[in-house]
Amino acid sequence: MTDPNTPHRPEKVPTPAGGGINPETSMMEPATGTTTTTEQKSYSQNQLVLRRFLRHKGAMASMIVLVFVTILAISSIGVGPIPGWWDKDYTRAANVINGGSPTLSLFPFTLGEHPFGQDSTGKDYFALVMRGTQISLLIAFVVGLLSTVIGTIIGGLAGFYRGWVESVLMRLTDLVIVIPLLVLAAVLGKIAASWGVWGLALMLALVTWTGLARLVRGEVLSLREREFVASARAIGTGSRRIIFKHILPNTVGVIIVSATLSIASAILLETALSFLGFGVRPPDVSLGSLISQYQNAFTTRPWLFWWPGLFILAIALTVNFIGDGLRDAFDPRQNRNKD
Amino acid sequence: MTISMPGTEPVLSFTDLDVKFGTEFGTVHAVKGISIEVRPGEVLALVGESGSGKSVTSMTALGLLPKNARVTGTITVGDQVIGELDEKGLRTMRGNDVAMVFQEPMTALNPVLTIGTQLTEALELHGIAFGKDADARAVELLRMVGIPEPERRVKQYPHEMSGGQRQRVVIAMAISCNPKVIIADEPTTALDVTVQADILDLLRSLKDKLDTGILLITHNMGVVADMADRVAVMLKGEIVETGTADEVLTRPQHEYTRRLLGSVPHLGQGPGQFGTAPVDQEVLPEGEVPALEVNKLVVEYKRLGKAPFRAVDEVSFTVNAGEIVGLVGESGSGKSTIARCALGLIPAESGDVKIFGHSFDGMRGKDAKALRKRIGVVFQDPASSLNPRFPIGECIAEPLQVHQVGDRRSRDAKVLELLDAVELPRSALNRYPHELSGGQRQRVSIARALTLDPELLVADEPTSALDVSVQASVLAMFTALQERYRFGCIFVSHDLAVIDLLAHRVVVLQDGRVVEQGKREDVLLNPSEEYTKRLLAAAPVPEPAEQRRRRDARHELLAQLGDEIVELHVN
Repeated sequence: MTDPNTPHRPEKVPTPAGGGINPETSMMEPATGTTTTTEQKSYSQNQLVLRRFLRHKGAMASMIVLVFVTILAISSIGVGPIPGWWDKDYTRAANVINGGSPTLSLFPFTLGEHPFGQDSTGKDYFALVMRGTQISLLIAFVVGLLSTVIGTIIGGLAGFYRGWVESVLMRLTDLVIVIPLLVLAAVLGKIAASWGVWGLALMLALVTWTGLARLVRGEVLSLREREFVASARAIGTGSRRIIFKHILPNTVGVIIVSATLSIASAILLETALSFLGFGVRPPDVSLGSLISQYQNAFTTRPWLFWWPGLFILAIALTVNFIGDGLRDAFDPRQNRNKD
Repeated sequence: MTISMPGTEPVLSFTDLDVKFGTEFGTVHAVKGISIEVRPGEVLALVGESGSGKSVTSMTALGLLPKNARVTGTITVGDQVIGELDEKGLRTMRGNDVAMVFQEPMTALNPVLTIGTQLTEALELHGIAFGKDADARAVELLRMVGIPEPERRVKQYPHEMSGGQRQRVVIAMAISCNPKVIIADEPTTALDVTVQADILDLLRSLKDKLDTGILLITHNMGVVADMADRVAVMLKGEIVETGTADEVLTRPQHEYTRRLLGSVPHLGQGPGQFGTAPVDQEVLPEGEVPALEVNKLVVEYKRLGKAPFRAVDEVSFTVNAGEIVGLVGESGSGKSTIARCALGLIPAESGDVKIFGHSFDGMRGKDAKALRKRIGVVFQDPASSLNPRFPIGECIAEPLQVHQVGDRRSRDAKVLELLDAVELPRSALNRYPHELSGGQRQRVSIARALTLDPELLVADEPTSALDVSVQASVLAMFTALQERYRFGCIFVSHDLAVIDLLAHRVVVLQDGRVVEQGKREDVLLNPSEEYTKRLLAAAPVPEPAEQRRRRDARHELLAQLGDEIVELHVN
């Protein structure tokens, strides 16, 4: 069915004028009149995407939760020299009160002295979890950004130039894919350990770009055969301009979606690495290292296990939901029928 | 409204049919209370431009609309009312009572199943024949639609057949269960004109011999004139005019029908049909270099493990400055390949293409860019030849940007001048391509092609993706622009009537070779080659009487050439 009346592609629906002849207007397609907009507001591609994204309930709720977690983590214990509103430090030990159990209660709502409890040496667990969240979020976003850039460039070059460029880049991608991710990350993580958290993030980015590279290459392969690329080339446009002005902006949907999903997987990968002892080094903590550190305390002090776990879950889930929402928003074939 | 024929009950009728679609942006009213009926042995043509709701109407007869459609009104097939049938009843009805012939036979057939399997599937599902009987019946059906060696063909896959044969298979599937009515949704739009004439012959003999009613959906007035007994003209979900084919096509009552018919280019009437004609081209002065010189051009496509495919074979022609040369041919004749080669997008295997005396071969960066500056290009589908993320203004200014011509202000001025030239409102500047209609988009790509005042324009089927009324206005504008800017042009088209309208000279291509070339009048009115004659004879004109005459003339020509006239073989 090719009839534009069937609303498979919703972005085409709001401009009902155009195509044919209007009985009211002059001969043929009115050349002077603005047929498209008068009766209905028309949306640009980006506005449509935003509109669909804002309507995605799951993504919107996730957005709120993620922003809340981020603000909580940053404002509570502060960043670097800037102090936060929480008076305890994650490195300072204190007396263990009441076996270190959490003082947080919901009915009536009170934070108490140690809302998330204390660890075995009396450190405030809320401060520890907040610090872990900070580090995990940092790693996640750095990895997400870096691996997206690497994947996009490699996929874009391979898809556009074909030939030996593609062979070399895609075999390199295959090479990274066939080595088990955890092993590779562990080895690289060991090497980069001396550079601290940033080194770890860099190493993780170096092993997680492969999926996006393949996706982008596929997109570029199909886009480079489109006529607007042929016509750009026919007017003498250079390769660099074709790639960055004509092709990559059209793959932005795939890229953004993949970036959010890689953020979620980076959090989980860092958690796994820290759990195995290859991730963040003490005295610094990440959510994963907190779990790994206190795994033996699970039976006696379960909250040492639960709180970081809860935060990992919240971040990974919300980022995934946001990715889903973006995918739905960017994919015009997503057919949502209200009314 | 309809002409009653005593004694025949309609096999398909729509009464007060109304279809609404619920979408993200509110309700779209696709069909607004129409009533039509099809009788046995009759062809009703449902005519309209894209978006008029004709396909939606036909889909309701099969109960095949998407879930967000709300259908009211009564649809009856034979004595069954569609709305009252459950899913099982609908399945029995589809194929048994109503069959469908789709536009694109390649996608309508399953590529991984043999022709035989697909034919017997329909027979077995409807309990008409099983096992060996079904196989025999499949062979029989292929023989009926005129496919040679049906015993061998049933074992083949769709890709092993030509487009016309595939469409015959689709028709064979449609008649496999002896349906009362066949819905043919643009059955020949994807086919070449000679194949189209054959398929129309087949459909015509089918309804005569099997007494099947046909609901023919098409936008091509020539096809209507060739096939239809009665015509219903659809506009924006409403039927504006019905009547016999003769009445509607020769004495149209409604203003829209008149406009629609007025926009169809008539083969043989030459230039000036839409008010503007290209200026007569004087003889090229001695010593001036032609805009494009193609000399013994050979283009080959490499294939893995097979000999390369020769798409263009020793083609030679020239385009002088200020001259429009039409490149005509059926699909696979190499016309688009030549256009792309002239743009330097594909390398030539041997022979050469000279643009103003220069060749892209061995040319590097800067020189090639300077040469490209003198060429403009318009592609077939404006939806894909404009970058969806560029606003119109940026699209048109892109060539200026690439060649770094002028500053921002002079570029803006140029863009506005071009928008005026292609008769688009200046407000279109900040719109995105998807916000414009097909015709407006094609105007944008023509404007972009003219940005650098090219001396040579390469137009690859610039109007074939457009509705006929839009095509008329784009063609009128095109000739007016050519008159103003005097660019030389290769105009690639499969539509002889369009070429007739604007070309100075015509090159007819078949299978990558030049069959005939010469002045427009000579080639199109007085062809000397057999292939050109066939092409011209197969192109339908939108007047029933004239088309009947042409059809008989074509059958005579085919008989002369020793070809078979396609018909349904019933024993």
